[in-house]
Amino acid sequence: MDETVAEFFKRTILKIPMTEMMTILKAWDFLSEKQLQDVNFQQRKESLVQDLVLLCEKKRASVHDAALLDIVYTQFHRHRKVWDVFQMSKGPGEDIDLFDMEQFKSSFKKILQRALKNVMVSFRDAEENAVWIRIAWGTQYRKPNQYKPVYVVYYSQTPYAFTSSCPLRSNIPLLGQALTVASNHHKIVKMDLRSRYLDSLKAIVFKQYNQTFETYNSTTPLQEKSLELDIHMDSRIIHENRIEKERVQRVTQETFGDYSQPRLEFAQYKLETKFKSDFNGDILAERKEPLRCLIKFSSPHLLEALKSLAPAGIADAPLSPLLTCIPNKGMNYFKIKDK
Amino acid sequence: MSVLRPLDKQPGLNTATILLVGTEDALLQQLADAMLKEDCASELKIHLARSLPLPSDVNRPRIDLIMFVVNLHSKYSLQNVEESLRHVDATFFLGKVGFLAMGAGQESHCSIHRNTVTKLANTYRSPVFFCDLEESQVTRFFRGQAPAHTTDANRTRLSPWPVPDTCPPGP
Repeated sequence: MDETVAEFFKRTILKIPMTEMMTILKAWDFLSEKQLQDVNFQQRKESLVQDLVLLCEKKRASVHDAALLDIVYTQFHRHRKVWDVFQMSKGPGEDIDLFDMEQFKSSFKKILQRALKNVMVSFRDAEENAVWIRIAWGTQYRKPNQYKPVYVVYYSQTPYAFTSSCPLRSNIPLLGQALTVASNHHKIVKMDLRSRYLDSLKAIVFKQYNQTFETYNSTTPLQEKSLELDIHMDSRIIHENRIEKERVQRVTQETFGDYSQPRLEFAQYKLETKFKSDFNGDILAERKEPLRCLIKFSSPHLLEALKSLAPAGIADAPLSPLLTCIPNKGMNYFKIKDK
Repeated sequence: MSVLRPLDKQPGLNTATILLVGTEDALLQQLADAMLKEDCASELKIHLARSLPLPSDVNRPRIDLIMFVVNLHSKYSLQNVEESLRHVDATFFLGKVGFLAMGAGQESHCSIHRNTVTKLANTYRSPVFFCDLEESQVTRFFRGQAPAHTTDANRTRLSPWPVPDTCPPGP
């Protein structure tokens, strides 16, 4: 086995935490059950990795097999990448063709290889008619760099593709073009939506976040909530603004629903508006150019945090539509200009 | 507009009613729970309100003390208190009103300066307490075992902050 390939194997297997080693190797499906049984998984990680690399060498594993292992690892650790969302569209009057996965794959690969001499493309099918694509970029004179790949997750029955952030920004237009042409689309547009949580991005873009599986009478949850308050409350504590509290709960539920929110880490608002001031003769208000200002909200779980603002008494209900429109509009990057 | 007056009702027999006014319900609830745990000579009742005026259709006992709770991390809470103060009759401020400013311990989170609350309290001739709520943890050691931490979540302590001595004398 080539030295670089062996190194690639070693580094990829080293990334895998010991607790997931068996699961990921099984999902990779390159080493057989029996071969895995023969390996001592109780030893120190460095020795285990050496044994596994030797095993791969014996089985004549190629760089493509290593790439597949890398895809499996990334599928298990998808939150380690930041995902962008691209939306494709067909031209006016174009028919919806029957999608052929194999044709898509070969077409995608061809387009990239025609444009760039050294590029390695690997595919792995996933559930829901999705395909995970791994692209390792090279140059005219250099072999593909296996340690800075780009991942694309394309849901073939939809016009959406999710890509991990590409370190080589110059390759993004080519990637977009390859996706568009290979999938028989006409145009591709980058959405203003970005997050580490691929499943949440899916939920937002496919509008699956607001599905509640049981139908319920909308009045009963409120009753349950007020009962809860009574049980925990000391009878010596009296809440004066109960009606207001219930109003806030109701408004929050109407805006955010009862389901758990998709997970985003931030929302960014780029303001390019003129400064508005109540004071006369304010220097900033006299400026003709718009004031540029960037506001960023970050949180481990932004939408749940926004949902809890009004009930916690930190903000008025209803919240600004700029905050509540995020899942509906499928955006967490906003540019706000004067009308 | 209904205004709270201190002496418009008969006092209850051996009862004391405290009204806590503040935007953050969880904070008020914790304060109320902590206060009720302490011994009190009279029977203590605590009313929690987000803002004033209070709903007028409720039959409530005479309020003996109002504490306005401001969270130094939230300008919204200060705004709320300032607006609520308008619904309190002037005679209440003869010793029946106080201000609680929470969150001074985390300077980096404070968006309201301590002096702002001090000035407000001075304007209304009422005392201000700076404090933070903390959970007290009890660590028990068992022979031969690792120490077991039990968080006695019901015991919250008010740790007072020294009131800044730069209080300017009132006009």
